[in-house]
Amino acid sequence: MRGPSLGFRFTLYAIISIVVMFLDQRHGWLEQARFGLQAAAYPIQLAVSSPSAAWRWLQESSQTRDALRAENDRLRKQQRELELRTMRFEALARENGELRGLRDALPPVADRWLAAEIVNTQVDSLRQRILINRGTTNGVFKAQVVLDDKGVIGQTTHVGPWSAEVILITDPEHAIPVQIERTGLRTIAVGVGDSVSLALPYLPGNADIKAGDRLVTSGLGGVFPAGYPVARVAEVHRDAVQPLAQVRATPFADVDTDREVVLVWFSPNHPAAPTSTAMKDLPTGNKALQPQPAPPPRPKAPAQAPQSTAPSQGEAPPPANPSSTGAGPNSQGASATAAPATGGAIPAAGTAAGANSAAAHSEVPANASSGARKPTTHAGTVNPTSAPSSKGTTSTPTSAPNDASPSANSKDSAAGEVTPATPKQPTPEHPSGATPRNP
Amino acid sequence: MSSELPRGRMLLSALVGLILTVLPLPTYGDLVRPSFLVVTVLYWSVAAPRAGGVGLGWFSGLLLDIFQGPVLGQHALALSLVTYLVAREHQKIRSKPLFQQSLIMFAVLAFYEAVVFAIDGWTGHPLTSPLRWIHCATGALIWAPAAVILAQGRRS
Repeated sequence: MRGPSLGFRFTLYAIISIVVMFLDQRHGWLEQARFGLQAAAYPIQLAVSSPSAAWRWLQESSQTRDALRAENDRLRKQQRELELRTMRFEALARENGELRGLRDALPPVADRWLAAEIVNTQVDSLRQRILINRGTTNGVFKAQVVLDDKGVIGQTTHVGPWSAEVILITDPEHAIPVQIERTGLRTIAVGVGDSVSLALPYLPGNADIKAGDRLVTSGLGGVFPAGYPVARVAEVHRDAVQPLAQVRATPFADVDTDREVVLVWFSPNHPAAPTSTAMKDLPTGNKALQPQPAPPPRPKAPAQAPQSTAPSQGEAPPPANPSSTGAGPNSQGASATAAPATGGAIPAAGTAAGANSAAAHSEVPANASSGARKPTTHAGTVNPTSAPSSKGTTSTPTSAPNDASPSANSKDSAAGEVTPATPKQPTPEHPSGATPRNP
Repeated sequence: MSSELPRGRMLLSALVGLILTVLPLPTYGDLVRPSFLVVTVLYWSVAAPRAGGVGLGWFSGLLLDIFQGPVLGQHALALSLVTYLVAREHQKIRSKPLFQQSLIMFAVLAFYEAVVFAIDGWTGHPLTSPLRWIHCATGALIWAPAAVILAQGRRS
């Protein structure tokens, strides 16, 4: 009749489809097109959801005075409880921040938030997606965290100008890094496609997890900040034949019945904010997370230091246990250079030790000096392979020269130290422990 | 077939089909809901392959992609493929009684879903729940009433 043949038209459309799919999938070049299409589709979605919205409005406006008053009372009670709890929470957060020395932890991690209403549209019956009535005009961005009043509910996937599609944590394509609150064990919770359960498929059969455990976000993965409630473990099934435990959890968020959700913006410099995989906090970041000056020497025994480093340098055994990787360099660090200190396990720590070795003897954290003192008590008995945990148990000073050398060595090790907060690390006084042993 | 093409009714019915497809329903209603838009498009491919056919199928599929597809172009490709097949064989299909047409539509819908399923898998959004095939059966079930209703408008 008119136009090209059916087969030609089909071929044309098929090619267009495939190109579109390829661009959308591989390159994300169609984000702009998607943006426009989502804007165009939004009126239809609103229109479609309007009957149920109208019905809800009708229902609400015809509520009786008693029902409203009861709800009002309930809400007031709830608000009071929440206020009390928040009061306590703020005190705890401050205390926690002070304990950890993280002044930055004091302001809340959530910077701004915005309530959004769920547009009651069926996005897909088997995928767990919802549409909300906020978009880029409200500052919403892709992969933004969406919460409800009880916990994490999902993150945005496609953002239009006035609407955004949210993938729920129960979607079979969604996985959220979580942490078991009781044990700190980290794992991943994936959706299974129904709105009341999550699966934890990557836990070994002997993992310490039981029904009732709370799962919170672990802060890994770069999307969700740490510490937000996700789900409660409903059942743990351990099968002797299976290497992995089968764990089901129930999300806290009312994925089914929610009508409003909250979009959250997080302050990016906050320690609890979502960590990016780029490790951007390594070069700069906040001060509390940087390598700190090494613990200083103890003021006493100035004369023995050169005397003890000489033998220790000759006889220093290779580091025997992982925690003693600093010990080998330590024995040499005082006499020769700071370069061996880079043999430490953590590169940043090693360089910091090298950089700080000159300034190491200036400041005196209290626990560092106590940690440096401890090895002197058990210098004779500790063997190179003894773990730091055995430090407190063995305490028999044996000989006079040992008393001198460990004190010097402890200073050296302190020079190689990176974190003054751990008194364990001076324990690898292997040179001193080995010196009396070898003869 | 009249020279005057039923474009207006076609687009209207496609819009109604789309609205019925994305209308919120309770969970179980949602699982058994046929894809009204696909059935409508298939009907027009049989009844008016020149007016409807591949173009209508492609644009309707693109709409479905915007509303529910993880990848743009997925439903567009699947729907233009089945509309091409149906439009090519529309003479044979039209000559069959409604019951046999329903059976054919069941096969066509299953093929459509298989294409969507395959693209889901290729693009990394696999959804292996067997529930996704239910709508093929319900779509075949509503074929006869849908054909009657849509044909009403044409004869009037």
